[in-house]
Amino acid sequence: MVDALFWHRLHFGFTITFHYLFPQLTMGLALLIVLLKWKAYRSGSTLHGDAARFWARIFGISFAVGVVTGIPMEFQFGTNWSRFSQYAGGVIGQTLAMEGMFAFFLESTFLGLFLYGEKRLSPRGHLAAAIALWAGSWLSGYFIIATNAFMQHPVGHALGPSGRLELVDFWAFVLNPWAIWQYLHNMTAAVVTSSFVMAGVGAFWALSRKFPEQAALNVRLGVTAGLVASCLMVFPTGDRQGKMVAHHQPAALAAMEGLFESGPNAELAIIGQPDLRARRLENPVVVPGMLSFLIYGSFGSTVVGLNDIPEDRWPDNVELLYYAYHVMAGLGTLFIALMAICAVQLRRGKLLATRPLLWALMLAMPFPYIATTAGWTTAELGRQPWVIYGLMRTAEGTSPRVSAGNALFTLIGFSGVYLVVGILFLYLVGREVGHGPGTTEAHAAPVPSLSREAA
Amino acid sequence: MELLWFGTVAGMLAVYVVLDGFDLGAGAVHLFVARNDLERRMVLAAIGPVWDGNEVWLLAGGGALFMAFPVAYAVGFSGFYLPLMLLLWVIILRGLSIELRGHIENPLWAAFWDAGFAVGSALIAIVLGAALGNVLRGVPLDGTGTFQLPLFDTFWPGPSSGVLDAYTVLVGVFTLLALGGHGALYVAWKTEGAVHRRCMRAGAWLWYGAGGLFPIVTWATVRVAPELPGVASGRPLVWVLLLAVIAAVGTLVGGLVRGRSRVAFVGSAGTLFTLLGTAAAARWPVLLRSTIAPGLSLDAYAAATSSHGLRVAMCWAAIGLPLACAYFVFLARAFRGKVQLAPSPGPRHS
Repeated sequence: MVDALFWHRLHFGFTITFHYLFPQLTMGLALLIVLLKWKAYRSGSTLHGDAARFWARIFGISFAVGVVTGIPMEFQFGTNWSRFSQYAGGVIGQTLAMEGMFAFFLESTFLGLFLYGEKRLSPRGHLAAAIALWAGSWLSGYFIIATNAFMQHPVGHALGPSGRLELVDFWAFVLNPWAIWQYLHNMTAAVVTSSFVMAGVGAFWALSRKFPEQAALNVRLGVTAGLVASCLMVFPTGDRQGKMVAHHQPAALAAMEGLFESGPNAELAIIGQPDLRARRLENPVVVPGMLSFLIYGSFGSTVVGLNDIPEDRWPDNVELLYYAYHVMAGLGTLFIALMAICAVQLRRGKLLATRPLLWALMLAMPFPYIATTAGWTTAELGRQPWVIYGLMRTAEGTSPRVSAGNALFTLIGFSGVYLVVGILFLYLVGREVGHGPGTTEAHAAPVPSLSREAA
Repeated sequence: MELLWFGTVAGMLAVYVVLDGFDLGAGAVHLFVARNDLERRMVLAAIGPVWDGNEVWLLAGGGALFMAFPVAYAVGFSGFYLPLMLLLWVIILRGLSIELRGHIENPLWAAFWDAGFAVGSALIAIVLGAALGNVLRGVPLDGTGTFQLPLFDTFWPGPSSGVLDAYTVLVGVFTLLALGGHGALYVAWKTEGAVHRRCMRAGAWLWYGAGGLFPIVTWATVRVAPELPGVASGRPLVWVLLLAVIAAVGTLVGGLVRGRSRVAFVGSAGTLFTLLGTAAAARWPVLLRSTIAPGLSLDAYAAATSSHGLRVAMCWAAIGLPLACAYFVFLARAFRGKVQLAPSPGPRHS
């Protein structure tokens, strides 16, 4: 039996990865729904109102799955990582508790109002509920990122007499510079995911010649928001995030880039596979000097390679980290290219007639999910071998009394439960997409079928 | 500061039991009080807009426990590893049942999720009760400051009993009856017609059942934790809370006898809250009682984070908690009145 640490890590990694598939869509959609509602409110456009209602249904399904898969996350700090929780709970418990108090209550209240209350509220009130929902979901994201930022770059704490971490400077902890850039990077990624889904669904309708007006609206908004967000992903948020990693986690950066030799004119690897035994990159395709330039703004600057870092401070899975980072960065670049081409065609008024591009938009839907997963894999593997960077090693954070077998058993259980949850999600969302957005007339018809419309 | 946070965490968890209690209870009884699709959609519509917010109290209370008493959170959660994981799966099943039922108009689809909602709700209610039972009875905390409990070992309460023993199951059954009554009264308050009448009847019987069981639960609690009455009787707050329990039970019974669903529901909420409050006040400062030796118990002082951290958190909690209550009142007002459902379910996408 592999030791328990491995299963605890896989347990958390699997459950958090699956969980995050849903919040990234809801956080991004929350913003897009506000835009649609705003337009509908200002212009009285029923087209935008119908689109908002359609996406609210998708939002509702994704949110429900996000909630039920999110509850296990808060439990797992205690169940699987009890020594980490004892050590750091006094600090990271602050943001986790604040998330509950400031974000979850806001979200859940206004979700109820938003999904069930369109008939009970004025159009203005319903728009306000959408905005509150957006604020709640983005606030929730911040508290989680601030928690993760402490693990990546701990600030505002001190070691107490009990041997546990204590909070010393609340504002330094909450406004961790790492949190701010990581948050912006992460939230633009959420907008990328939801815009790609919106554009992809619009493209699907356009290709199947259904709901032409809605198809056009969704493609237009999806491509516009997608282009803006994809660009923001790279600059400034990705750029600043990369510089922070280089500054605070040099071992992570070297592993991400597959850089073994320190030196000026450090190369940016586009393609290649790290060979740890020979300590080199195989079949490399590189841009000379580019890495030095990206990090320090000059080609002559020295970047530290893995050879100059003690091996016990290396991330424990350099290869996976390298691939994850390259998948994320490569996809991010392709996203800009795709969205830029679509935007050009959109401006010329020809996008809806360019079927190959519509196919590309539709098939692109899963890729932002892959990119965000790869991005988080990069962040979390790059932090290794630490659970709190420089303070506590991951191996020291597990629950001593929970055996490998127990962790494996519940991991298998979660895999089964989540398989069913994933199938249900795809089925229900696919069904909604197939039915398409209703029209305002149908919505106002006297036979509402759902509890949410009649409550 | 430790006392203040002990009270806050206990209060938040008690609010959770009162609020999520009514939607859990509604789920546990809805197969019996709502007999057709229309009536079941009525029950779901009564809890639909609020259940998610109710569950947030568990997350927020858990978050506050994590922040204020990290050691208790870490030791407790890892010690109850398997039962908590099983509970999580049930919570997932139940949450999906509520949210997904309405998405497809099909009798089989609805019947499946109705069953998931009922079984999930009843199991969670029993587990919550059993969890309370474990906290009152104690766990085998040893010299390492940790424990690991089997699901059940010797079923009779004793040093080697597991998560489920006769005592914790008894508390679980009591909780199921009480929350079932609580949920039935909530649905009664929010509905009219046949559902309302059946819920009033069910609420009365379930609460009378819980009342009948209560002396046995009390007797058993004193048996498993003999030090409790001595500690508790010296505390004025316990006596005040006991008076409040009596007042709340009086309101509940009064509402039941006169057939006033709202009064009965308020009394039921008050009864749950004050009972839990009494337990917490009697138990201070122990968070996890050791069944091995009293000296090994984990108390609030040993489990707490630094007093600076606690003070800072009290500052934001003083903003956050009133806000949470304000949202709740706002939501309740937006959905005030009885649930109105259209008579015939039309096709989903007309």
